[in-house]
Amino acid sequence: MSEEYSLEIVNPEKSFLLKDDVTEVVVPAYEGEIGILKDHISIISFLKPGIIKVFSKSGEDSYYVNDGIIEFKNNNLSILTSLILNLKDIDKGKISEIQKSAEEELGNSEISDQEKYLLDQKIEVLKSIN
Amino acid sequence: MASLDDLKKRISSVKSTQKITKAMKMVAAAKLRRAQESAEKGRPYSDKMNNIILNLSGGISDIENAPKLLSGTGEDKIHLCVVMTSDRGLCGGFNTNIIKKAKLYFQKILDEGKTLKIITVGTKGYDQLKRVYGDNIIERISFKESKNVNYFDADKVGKTVIEKFENKEFDVCVIFYNQFKNVITQIPQEQQIIPLKTTDEEINSSDDNYEFEPEEDEILSNLLPKNISTQIFKAMLENSASEQGSRMSAMDNATRNAGEMVDKLTIEYNRSRQAAITKELIEIISGAESL
Repeated sequence: MSEEYSLEIVNPEKSFLLKDDVTEVVVPAYEGEIGILKDHISIISFLKPGIIKVFSKSGEDSYYVNDGIIEFKNNNLSILTSLILNLKDIDKGKISEIQKSAEEELGNSEISDQEKYLLDQKIEVLKSIN
Repeated sequence: MASLDDLKKRISSVKSTQKITKAMKMVAAAKLRRAQESAEKGRPYSDKMNNIILNLSGGISDIENAPKLLSGTGEDKIHLCVVMTSDRGLCGGFNTNIIKKAKLYFQKILDEGKTLKIITVGTKGYDQLKRVYGDNIIERISFKESKNVNYFDADKVGKTVIEKFENKEFDVCVIFYNQFKNVITQIPQEQQIIPLKTTDEEINSSDDNYEFEPEEDEILSNLLPKNISTQIFKAMLENSASEQGSRMSAMDNATRNAGEMVDKLTIEYNRSRQAAITKELIEIISGAESL
């Protein structure tokens, strides 16, 4: 029995990635990382800033996401995200730019605890990339 | 009758106008292709988003406690209309059609004694609305600097709308934009985004059992604001494709009209030239006869 399922990552501008030989995807869900294998129960969850790891027959890929929603159903995984970057050909300048704006936002005292938590996460992840 | 010189000048001026409209048509055609492409590419995201929301809202049993963005405030007094138009003119009936549609709605709202608030996106809409509805316009947004439609612009509009909603500044939000059908036809649309209008088809999806992490309500309350931005983004993409399409056909018409005008003027020019020659000949002949 094959252990593969299909993955689709879309951002508002286009369909970012379409793969049907994925064996495992690890996503930074809001309450902790989730690894999704074939025949996982249908799930809807949303993501915090972090790294998506995609394991497939053709190798392993990592992507940085800002936020997102995942839906897994009938062995189809859809990830919707507003910003996604492939770690392989990432632009260091862009990372620093995002990090800087996140830090600036964090300095703003009017934000809620939840936003603060997300921003902290974001900065931490970005630091680990750089 | 205009003198020969005047006619000559007019012909050349019409010709240069024709050159401009021709160039604008070509530019619009090139841009249209790109806008259409991105409108098509953007579709999966908004479709998926819609699907997830439908699945989620199908699963919500407790309507009373559902997020306000989904169920509304329970009132229907203040309407916020987001009118999306272009930043540039010379695109035929594009802006006028949206405004016409919007004005009908405005009139209906006002006739029912409800309060009307307007946000204009794009400068042309503001220009056309400020005379009559100037007092109702609470905000004007323009993305003149952005070259292409991008999600962050849409997100800005979305956030503005949500902020106003949370401050209880309105009960119902409707957006107006042009849906791109083809180059010749663009259909002005009004779409209610708050509270979310659900169609009947989604109810059947509730038999899928999803696992939610975190809880359904929390996901929904996070997702709904995103959906607003996504809907606005979709509208912006449709709008930009429509704008280019509309401009292309308008400029095509203008080029053709200019051609017709040049023909007409050329005939007139030739006629008056011929008349002048004939007149001179008559003068010479009658002069010779009188000798």
